[in-house]
Amino acid sequence: MSAEAERIDGGRRHFLLVATTVTGVAGLAATAVPFLASWKPSARAQALGAPVEQDVSKLEPGGVLKVNWRGQAIFIVRRTPEMIATLSDPKVIAQLRDPNSEESEQPEYAKNEIRALRPEFLVLVGVCTHLGCAPIDRFQPQDAELGADWPGGFYCPCHGSRFDMAGRVFKDVPAPTNLRIPPYRFLNESVIQIGVDAEVA
Amino acid sequence: MSATMQAPARRGRLAAIAEWCDQRLGYSRFLKQHVTEYYAPKNFNFWYYFGSLALLVLVIQIVTGIFLTMNYKPSAEDAFASVEYIMRDVEWGWLIRYMHSTGASAFFVVVYLHMFRGLMYGSYKNPRELVWILGMLIYLCLMAEAFFGYLLPWGNMSYWGAQVIVSLFGVIPGIGESLVEWIRGDYYISDITLNRFFALHVIALPLALIFLVVVHILALHEVGSNNPDGVEIKQLKGPDGHPVDGIPFHPYYTVKDLVGITVFLMFFAGVVFFAPEMGGYFLEHANFQPANPLQTPENIAPVWYFTPFYAILRAVPNKFLGVVLMALAVISFVFLPWLDRSKVKSIRYRGWIYKTFLFSFAVSFIALGYLGLQHVTPAYTYAARFFTVVYFAFFILMPWYTKIDPTKPVPERVTYHAH
Repeated sequence: MSAEAERIDGGRRHFLLVATTVTGVAGLAATAVPFLASWKPSARAQALGAPVEQDVSKLEPGGVLKVNWRGQAIFIVRRTPEMIATLSDPKVIAQLRDPNSEESEQPEYAKNEIRALRPEFLVLVGVCTHLGCAPIDRFQPQDAELGADWPGGFYCPCHGSRFDMAGRVFKDVPAPTNLRIPPYRFLNESVIQIGVDAEVA
Repeated sequence: MSATMQAPARRGRLAAIAEWCDQRLGYSRFLKQHVTEYYAPKNFNFWYYFGSLALLVLVIQIVTGIFLTMNYKPSAEDAFASVEYIMRDVEWGWLIRYMHSTGASAFFVVVYLHMFRGLMYGSYKNPRELVWILGMLIYLCLMAEAFFGYLLPWGNMSYWGAQVIVSLFGVIPGIGESLVEWIRGDYYISDITLNRFFALHVIALPLALIFLVVVHILALHEVGSNNPDGVEIKQLKGPDGHPVDGIPFHPYYTVKDLVGITVFLMFFAGVVFFAPEMGGYFLEHANFQPANPLQTPENIAPVWYFTPFYAILRAVPNKFLGVVLMALAVISFVFLPWLDRSKVKSIRYRGWIYKTFLFSFAVSFIALGYLGLQHVTPAYTYAARFFTVVYFAFFILMPWYTKIDPTKPVPERVTYHAH
C-alpha cells in the first residue's frame, strides 16, 4: 500500500490537473466568443442603420417632422424667433438642470445654447433620456396642464419629464440629461442628413 | 372463469416488466425516497398548497406554451397578426392562449404566496438556506421568463415595456450603452430582439426553470420540510426510524394537494373563461395595438407582478440609484437567512416586533404594487418613497429587531389537532 503511494508522483499529477483545467477553461472561453458575439448587431442590422436624408424646405415655422433613423424617432423642429428667444431667457435657464449641456450627449457642434448647427433647425432624438419613452411636443407656452410659466418644449407622458425648445431637461424631473442630439449635417440649404457628423471647425 | 384465471397472469407479467425496468433504472428507490417514504410534518396548513400549485402552473405553462409555438411566428412582421390568428382562427386557440396568459399571472400569485409562507414560518432559516436561495433563483428566472414572454405578442405595451426594461441596463457606468445594444442586437427593439427573446422564452429559460425546480425539491428533501411551528421533526424519531410527527408525502399530501389543485383550477378556469384580461391587469389594453416604435402608450406600466419594483424605480429621483434600489429590492431576499438572528423560526413563537415588521412589509409590497400601476403625481411619489423606506427597513433592520424580539418558547413537538 505504502509502496503504491510512493510510486504516485503527486507533483506531476497536480501539474497535469492544473494544466488540463487551464487549457479546458481557455477552450471554453474561446468557444463562448462566437456565441456571445452573435448577439451583436448583424451586418444587415448595421446596413439598415445607415444615414437618412430629409428635405426640410417645406417644414413650416413652429412645425415638427418625425423621421425614423435606426428605429428611433428623430424630431426636426423649425423654430420660430419667439421659440429661439426662450432659449436665452434667464427665467427658463434657471429652471434647467444642464443648461450648458455639460453632462448630456450631443456632437461637439451642438454643445451650445441652441443645441444645433443653425438656430432655426433643432434635430434631436425623440427618446426620453429617462427610460426611452417618446416625448410629445408641447410648443405652446402657458400650457393648461404644464402650468402658466411653461415656456414651450417637450413633455414625456410616461414619467412627466420636461424639456425646453432645445431639448434641455428641467430640474426635478426623472430624466437625468438633455434629449440626445444625433450626428447630422446639412447637405445643402434644405436637406438634412442624419447619421453623419457635420464637419465644423 | 377463464377471465379470472388470466387476470393475475397479466398482472404478473406487468409486474415482471416493472421489475425488469426497476433493476435497470432504480425508480422504486427514487419513488420511496421522494414520494411514498418522504416524511413531511403532519401539521401542514393552507399555506403549504402553493408549492405544488406552482408546479402545476409550470406544467400548464409548458403544455400551453408548446401548443402556442405551433402557430406563433416570432417576427416583427407576423407576430401580432399570428397572435390574432391564434385567437380567432385556430380551433380552441383562444383557450390555449388565455390559459397561458392567465397562467403567467397565476404563477406570480402562487409564487408570492409561497414566498410569504417562507417569511411567516422562517422556512429560509438554517438548515434550509440553500432551498431558499434556489427558490430565489427560480423567482429571478421566472421574472426573466415573464419579461421575455411579454414582448412576444408584439403589442405596443410589449414593445415599450421591453424598451424601458432593456434601457435599465444602460445606467451601468462605462459598458451600459454597448450592453444595451448587445441585448437588443440592434439600435432599437427590433425583429432581431423579438427573435432572440422568443428563443430565450421557449428554450433557454424553461430549461433553466425545470432544472432549478428539480434542484429546489432535491435540496428540500435532503433537509426536510419546515412547518407552521418551525419545529425540526427529524429530531424526534420513532422506533421505525421515521419522524414521529411526520407522515408519508404519498398518500397523505398527494391527496391534500389534489383538493388544493381542484379549488385552484376553479379560480383559474373562472379567470380564463370570464375575465381573461382581468380589466387590463393581466392583458393590458395598450397591447391590443401593434408595436409602434414611434409612439409611446399613454401610461407605461408593467404587468401587476412587477409593479412593486417599478414603483421603487420611479420613487428615486436619480436614475442610476433608482435602478440599483430596484435590483436590491429583488435581491435582498437572498440574504434573509443571515439577516434573521431570531432563535425561533415560526411567526407563532415570534414577538410583536417581528410581526409588526412583517405586516408593514406585506402592506408596503401591496401598496407599492398599487402605486406602480398609477400615473405619477407628487402625492403618489411621496407615498412610494415612504413605502420604499418601509420595504427596505424590513431587511436592513432585521439583524437588530429579530435579536431583541421577545420570543415564546418553541414546543418540542408540532401542535396538531385531529380533525
